[in-house]
Amino acid sequence: MQLDSKAPGGPIETKWDRHRQDLKLVNPANKRKFDIIVVGSGLAGASAAASLAELGYNVKCFCIQDSPRRAHSIAAQGGINAAKNYPNDGDSVFRLFYDTVKGGDFRAREANVYRLAMCSNSIIDQCAAQGVPFAREYGGGLANRSFGGAQVSRTFYARGQTGQQLLLGAYSALMRQVSVGKVEMLPRREMLDLVLVNGKSRGIIVRNLITGEMERHAAHAVVLCTGGYGNAYYLSTNAMACNVTAAWRCHKRGALFANPCFTQIHPTCIPVHGTYQSKLTLMSESLRNDGRVWVPKKADDRRKPDQIPESERDYYLERKYPSFGNLVPRDVASRNAKAMCDEGKGVGSTQLAVYLDFAEAIKRDGEDVIRKKYGNLFAMYEKITAENPYKTPMMIYPAIHYAMGGLWVDYNLMSNLEGLFVLGEANFSDHGANRLGASALMQGLADGYFVIPYTMGGYLGGAGLDSVDTNHPAFAEVENECKERVNKLLSIKGSRTVDDIHRELGLCMWDNCGMARNDAGLTKALNTIPKLRDEFWQNITVPGDQGDFNQSLEKAGRVADFLEFSELLAKDALDRRESCGGHFNEAFQTEENEALRDDENCCYAAAWEFTGVGKEPVLHKEPLTFENVHLTQRSYK
Amino acid sequence: MTKKINLTLKVWRQKGAAHKGALETYSAQQISTDMSFLEMLDLVNEDLTLSGKEPIAFDHDCREGICGMCGAMVNGRAHGPEKGTTLCQLHMRHFSDGDTIMIEPWRAMAFKVVKDLVVDRSAFDKIIAAGGYVSVNTGGAPDANNIPVYAEDAELAMDAAQCIGCGACVASCPNASAMLFTSAKVSQLALLPQGKVEADKRVLSMLRCMDELGFGNCSNERECEAECPKEINITNIARMNRGFLKAALFSRHK
Repeated sequence: MQLDSKAPGGPIETKWDRHRQDLKLVNPANKRKFDIIVVGSGLAGASAAASLAELGYNVKCFCIQDSPRRAHSIAAQGGINAAKNYPNDGDSVFRLFYDTVKGGDFRAREANVYRLAMCSNSIIDQCAAQGVPFAREYGGGLANRSFGGAQVSRTFYARGQTGQQLLLGAYSALMRQVSVGKVEMLPRREMLDLVLVNGKSRGIIVRNLITGEMERHAAHAVVLCTGGYGNAYYLSTNAMACNVTAAWRCHKRGALFANPCFTQIHPTCIPVHGTYQSKLTLMSESLRNDGRVWVPKKADDRRKPDQIPESERDYYLERKYPSFGNLVPRDVASRNAKAMCDEGKGVGSTQLAVYLDFAEAIKRDGEDVIRKKYGNLFAMYEKITAENPYKTPMMIYPAIHYAMGGLWVDYNLMSNLEGLFVLGEANFSDHGANRLGASALMQGLADGYFVIPYTMGGYLGGAGLDSVDTNHPAFAEVENECKERVNKLLSIKGSRTVDDIHRELGLCMWDNCGMARNDAGLTKALNTIPKLRDEFWQNITVPGDQGDFNQSLEKAGRVADFLEFSELLAKDALDRRESCGGHFNEAFQTEENEALRDDENCCYAAAWEFTGVGKEPVLHKEPLTFENVHLTQRSYK
Repeated sequence: MTKKINLTLKVWRQKGAAHKGALETYSAQQISTDMSFLEMLDLVNEDLTLSGKEPIAFDHDCREGICGMCGAMVNGRAHGPEKGTTLCQLHMRHFSDGDTIMIEPWRAMAFKVVKDLVVDRSAFDKIIAAGGYVSVNTGGAPDANNIPVYAEDAELAMDAAQCIGCGACVASCPNASAMLFTSAKVSQLALLPQGKVEADKRVLSMLRCMDELGFGNCSNERECEAECPKEINITNIARMNRGFLKAALFSRHK
């Protein structure tokens, strides 16, 4: 299979404009003849559904929650990047592009990233026009702050709830299209499979989560905006229902899965406190603007933080990275926290935590200023831990947060399956091996507001699609497979709960395929996962019925897919003979313990083809070429 | 300090909207006080599953207090006893060994029970669809700094915009009114220059929709404000009422 990124040639600044010129257009009167399915209603899904409907297409939008407003984009705290250069501190589209490629450790596609940086400014304009209450300066203009991994202030924010406000903006645009009848919103529906007719994506099978009914939906194109796969690790900052099912089922139908081993560990989460724990809570990394990270200088120091004098504290990020200090990228901050804990310098009862200390910022700016910036985060921290971060340093530890990998897409955001588009976190395209802070919101909205409206027309205008409805035999066939699978899950009646197996899978992934990986651990994971999968299919118990609201059944289906997907994740990690960004193999590191890339042999996106459960997948490589950014060893010193 | 406590739960079980529901009693043993309320329910559900019974259905997703999916009446209070807290952020350290906890779904005519503690809140989406937006299509927005906003107005708008749409306000109100929810969106947009053009039409349309969906009216009980996990202020209702009067008496949409 030849992977064609379809990225246009020529100077990078004009690629997108030229490409848009070349894309076919669909006449306004003809747009209403096309039906489009959008799966997911987060930033990518809601913005895509609204924008496509505004153009005149008939859109059906699906989500698993009770309302589209609840997608997990809502939990993003810190902000959204844009190259507006309002603070006059030297930002530009090129600099945002450069930072994103470098931050991704040179494993992203240049053309996509440049387009992302170009769209960033329009996103801010669009969201401001919708009434998103961004933070303002006293003169009435928008405020900016700096954010992990950037030396300019280019992050726009709405207190610590930027994701919420951007999502509610996109949701309001979506609901406006619902009110005029251009979008049919179908909440509490879970996509269980993709329907291909003559090799083209023509519909989906969903389960109505209230009645348990299987429903067929046909369309001319399917847009997948189903987020990331962090919950393969059981504990993550993702919402409980985040899953890989929709993407994985498309993969099983032929869509290539790219770079699954590129997972992001977020450095500032509230540490794990017990085996009953169901999820990890992120504290926005904007906190690192004012908080100082430290551990005691000597190992096994069990004194309370206020009893450890300045001279016995190691502000290790400031010490090791004087120019970026506490603002180094996420992967660097996370690995350093792990290294400190591995040396026995971790704090708290589990010794798997480091301090994030605001004492100096409070002394400098006053408690009021800090409260205004981070009040909601401090309150959340106190609710969970019963400790007051104004008085005593926060304890933080890294946790699985974001998936850079995802379904492979070309420059049009179309997968190798015709008519299947993949947007937002669900695709692999823009963040390379590591995502910079405040870039996820930017990508979700760029894809939905400003890319898909053009590339969808380009596809539909030239695809020459026949009319297909849900009576086509392909729908019946796929629906039957979905039903059989559900019945199988309900019929096992074993002795372990789905959560129990999920927890075991998560632990295996975190231990062997987490922050620092090695061949022995990855091999162990590859041995363990198939056994766990067998155990699952022989010994789980799923109470309740198919024709009912059944949360246990929903969970079982998702975990079944994680048990297949995780194997690919570990395989991809073992196969990549280098370290880069979020993928750190201990065998490949510099003398300073930084990720050591192998640009000669590993400058590619790994796109895997499914050949069967438990069978060797086939690797296809998309070579990555860098014409505008010089490949360097990342240094944040 | 972390402790282990034992509790008795009385939980509303109801198979569906067409079925009758009843309270069932369960015991929750060895609950760590560091657990969240939903983690406690997870544990009870694991036990129910292993003993061949159907676990308690409850809505939840982000478990960070922001998605608005979770919520139940705990001892008669929406999201439980802690102020400004969603159910997922309520921790068991606020309960004592031996406590009996009553857990029920939101009760309101406009929120039908789906199953156990799960209710149908699609009425909220309908209220937003009736006008909770600025009518601006994608593309063609002016540079963001061409629309200056007073910093104070932006702050007030943000205070209102924090609403997570959980429904606690409706569940707490003796009239099952959705005035706090509706006024939060109306206020956010009325405070910002972007929302002013459609302000009259919006307030009339959203309130009409709210009435049609079977929500009650506001009689200043202030229960909504007291129980709102995001502490949305009832001055938003006053602001909406002023906007409504103005629009109903003087606007072209009256």
